Amino acid sequence: MIAKTSPEIGGLGHSVKRKEDLRLIQGKGTFVDDVRLPEMVYGQVVRSPFAHARIKNVNIENAMALPGVLAVITGKDLEKAGLAWMPTLFHDKQMVLAVDKVLFQAQEVAFVVAEDRYTAADAAELVEVDYEELPVLVDPHRATDPDAPILREDREEKTNHIFHWEVGDRKATDQALEQSPVKARVDAVFQRCHPAPLETCGCVADFNTATGRLTVWLTSQAPHAHRTLFAIVGGIPENNIRVISPDIGGGFGNKVPIYPGYVCAVVASLKLGRPVKWIETRSENLQSTGFARDYHMTAEIGADRDGTVKTLRVKTLADHGAFNAAAQPSKFPAGLFSVCTGSYDFKKAFCEVDGVYTNKAPGGIAYRCSFRVTEAAYLIERAMDVLALQLKVDPAELRLKNFIPSDRFPYQSPLGWNYDSGDYAAAMNRALEIAGYKELRKEQAEKRAKGELMGIGISSFTEIVGAGPAHTFDIAGIKMFDSCEIRVHPTGKAIARFGTKSQGQGHETAFGQIVAQELGIPVADITVEEGDTDTAPYGLGTYASRSTPTAGAAGAMAARKIRDKAKKIAAYLLEASEEDLEWEPGKFSVKGVPGRSKTIQEIAFAAYTNIPPGLEAGLEAVHYYDPPNLTFPFGTYIAVVDIDKGTGEIKTRRFIAVDDCGNIINPMIVEGQIHGGLTEGLGIAFMQLIDYDESGNVQGGNFMDYLVPTAVETPRWETGKTCTPSPHHPFGAKGVGESPNVGSPAAFVNAVVDALAHLGVTHIDMPVTPWKVWQILKQKGVVD
Amino acid sequence: MAKQRVHVRLNGREREADVEPRVLLVHLIRDVLGLTGTHVGCDTSSCGACTVILNGRPIKSCTLFAVQADGGELLTIEGMMQNGQLHPLQQSFHEEHGLQCGFCTPGMILSAHALLQHNPSPSEEEIRWGVSGNLCRCTGYQNIVAAIQSAAGKMREKGAAA
Repeated sequence: MIAKTSPEIGGLGHSVKRKEDLRLIQGKGTFVDDVRLPEMVYGQVVRSPFAHARIKNVNIENAMALPGVLAVITGKDLEKAGLAWMPTLFHDKQMVLAVDKVLFQAQEVAFVVAEDRYTAADAAELVEVDYEELPVLVDPHRATDPDAPILREDREEKTNHIFHWEVGDRKATDQALEQSPVKARVDAVFQRCHPAPLETCGCVADFNTATGRLTVWLTSQAPHAHRTLFAIVGGIPENNIRVISPDIGGGFGNKVPIYPGYVCAVVASLKLGRPVKWIETRSENLQSTGFARDYHMTAEIGADRDGTVKTLRVKTLADHGAFNAAAQPSKFPAGLFSVCTGSYDFKKAFCEVDGVYTNKAPGGIAYRCSFRVTEAAYLIERAMDVLALQLKVDPAELRLKNFIPSDRFPYQSPLGWNYDSGDYAAAMNRALEIAGYKELRKEQAEKRAKGELMGIGISSFTEIVGAGPAHTFDIAGIKMFDSCEIRVHPTGKAIARFGTKSQGQGHETAFGQIVAQELGIPVADITVEEGDTDTAPYGLGTYASRSTPTAGAAGAMAARKIRDKAKKIAAYLLEASEEDLEWEPGKFSVKGVPGRSKTIQEIAFAAYTNIPPGLEAGLEAVHYYDPPNLTFPFGTYIAVVDIDKGTGEIKTRRFIAVDDCGNIINPMIVEGQIHGGLTEGLGIAFMQLIDYDESGNVQGGNFMDYLVPTAVETPRWETGKTCTPSPHHPFGAKGVGESPNVGSPAAFVNAVVDALAHLGVTHIDMPVTPWKVWQILKQKGVVD
Repeated sequence: MAKQRVHVRLNGREREADVEPRVLLVHLIRDVLGLTGTHVGCDTSSCGACTVILNGRPIKSCTLFAVQADGGELLTIEGMMQNGQLHPLQQSFHEEHGLQCGFCTPGMILSAHALLQHNPSPSEEEIRWGVSGNLCRCTGYQNIVAAIQSAAGKMREKGAAA
């Protein structure tokens, strides 16, 4: 147990109101598009209307002739500078501006710079590109057919196959599955979708010709990593690059990659010596930047007749689009997908993934997800329901029977993960209790007898977050530690800087609470800063629910270093030995001598005014935290849906979410994260789809076609929690931002399938739209 | 393109500017008049991040030309504070954790403001429909609803006291 500090100190467990709110509710935040610099000009990308076409000619004359146009940059221009291509974050390269051909609709072909937004848009229309259309490959299942067009002529390997990755014992798994008395199988597509943060991506690139310094205000979830990549790709000395990630309007993985527009804006600023702003439109955002999922999966479970699961085999085809622009740890082509054995004690498992190219936007980013764990959790939770249906057992009972028992932690999974801690049955039982599960089942039976459609869906997910141990995890070679630097000022106030970058998660408040807990300095007296690479210590950024497990841990460790020094100063001031001192949040006291104590504020003052002999002045510390393991949050979610027989419309009547993310920093913020993640899960389950027609035209490329939940579709979330601390994290936290998005899609789909199970339905692919459900109802003769 | 003079009363202050007739109101507010609290989140009038109040009614400022607002009275997020005090809606969004990234917040607050102007005691359902033109990708709306309910209560009390 962690000692609770006073509300004034506001350490762990206090629902401290957020510091960042005060500017944001007054319209005084600074998002990238709010940055205005003297002499600033605007960039606009010219995009391909075709999914696959040869570029025969690019004519910029008319565009250049338009008054107010300053430059039009083409792929050929970039080629001369060696910048026509850039590395992706995953062992591939991507065109910045196309030279010979385009590979997806909305691909970047030219970059126009003009004095204002409107002129830039006009000029983009005047760039004439001659295309010769090529055969288009849309279906990933056809990517390796002999007659499929080879998309990436730049690669030595003349194939659309990108990688094969496998984990586990194939032979033993095949054999065990063969011999299983019960086999359940599900073929499930986790559809291509897009994180669609409300702020699109963009930047202001400002190259100062006098100093040679480049400053880039960037919608970045990982500003330090981006600085390093700018240095490597652009050949600019890293000390001459400053990346500033100001207020970020949501990220959800969309702001991890580097996009061609950023590079073009930098090139344009270098060329013109003026600041260049590039802000993409929503359509550009949805059509060209990092999509997520597009996993075509098969799971097969081998079980005993009594429902004990034994074996899991998973085969997946991953559609990466035109370039493998996944943002994954470099050793894991399918990210952490091999956590697909989930919360269950499988004895044998095997998982294989093949990645292919198609004529679609590049990506494979982790959308509010720790590198493909969402796909994994969805698949296993769907497969467990298919098994339950087959065995005619209650899905809650089947799960309870097969959970990894709480006394088996740390648990070694058959696919190689070491789960830190868990008590899955406790979370499940709590969720069943809040839901009133038995009564719900009774109600369902009654409704079914009357011909009404009601479904209950369960998902008992296990997350894997907090990448990661540096020995295993890196992105583009940079190890996945994270960092914190704390400076306590003479008057006892402090500033703490982190290598991560909040995009709405509330780090300015929550990370202050970590320092407040450790040092007893009131959270109100602690300023938290992130996102400026000139001032913050180096870190890998915020995604994969890694901020609390890594940077949060670094904050605690840095604070503990400061406390160690504070103890030495206190001993000097109190004329006592260090062994005789005891700590309570905010002060050191001499044991057994009431009243003889020094507060952290007095100690801080002494660190600058009355320094003990032999000790350095100041009260500062830096810590780079390399976690010993990942953390494994978990929970059970229960969705209750009613389906309108006439229209197929699905109403989520109730949704119960019991999360266990270990020790909690700020309960209010955690609850808010869960509400938000569940809502994204709702959107993914029922609405969000980036689809393509046979010519490669993107469907779902704007907010009229790409539907995300409004307040009206979103139900009132019911939350609950259990608490199983991480044994290896400095204050037992696990991370939470993504759990609700990882765990909820399966609960929604399981609920809909459950409502239709008596009709013989075992699976429906997401998004589960009223149209799909209505078609099923029609086919089953439920509606005329 | 020939420019046209536009005159608006923005948050109680008389402002004028010469803009091309095609300039969107949101760009007048943000780029010309320099108030960047009003945001742009889409290009199809779907997200509501650009919501401002024009002549007492909430409008999506990305869907109106600046010249259409000529002679009008505009309220943006920057005008919500009165006498150095946060508006009850601003206060409640903070207290009820009704925002995370904050990008949708100005538009959300202004839509809620318009709702409470004509319906001082909305039900949860009415609140949800009242902000259904405003997308939020972070909060799941639950605390936004709570914030609007709380603000409505504060405003009724204030009204009763006055």
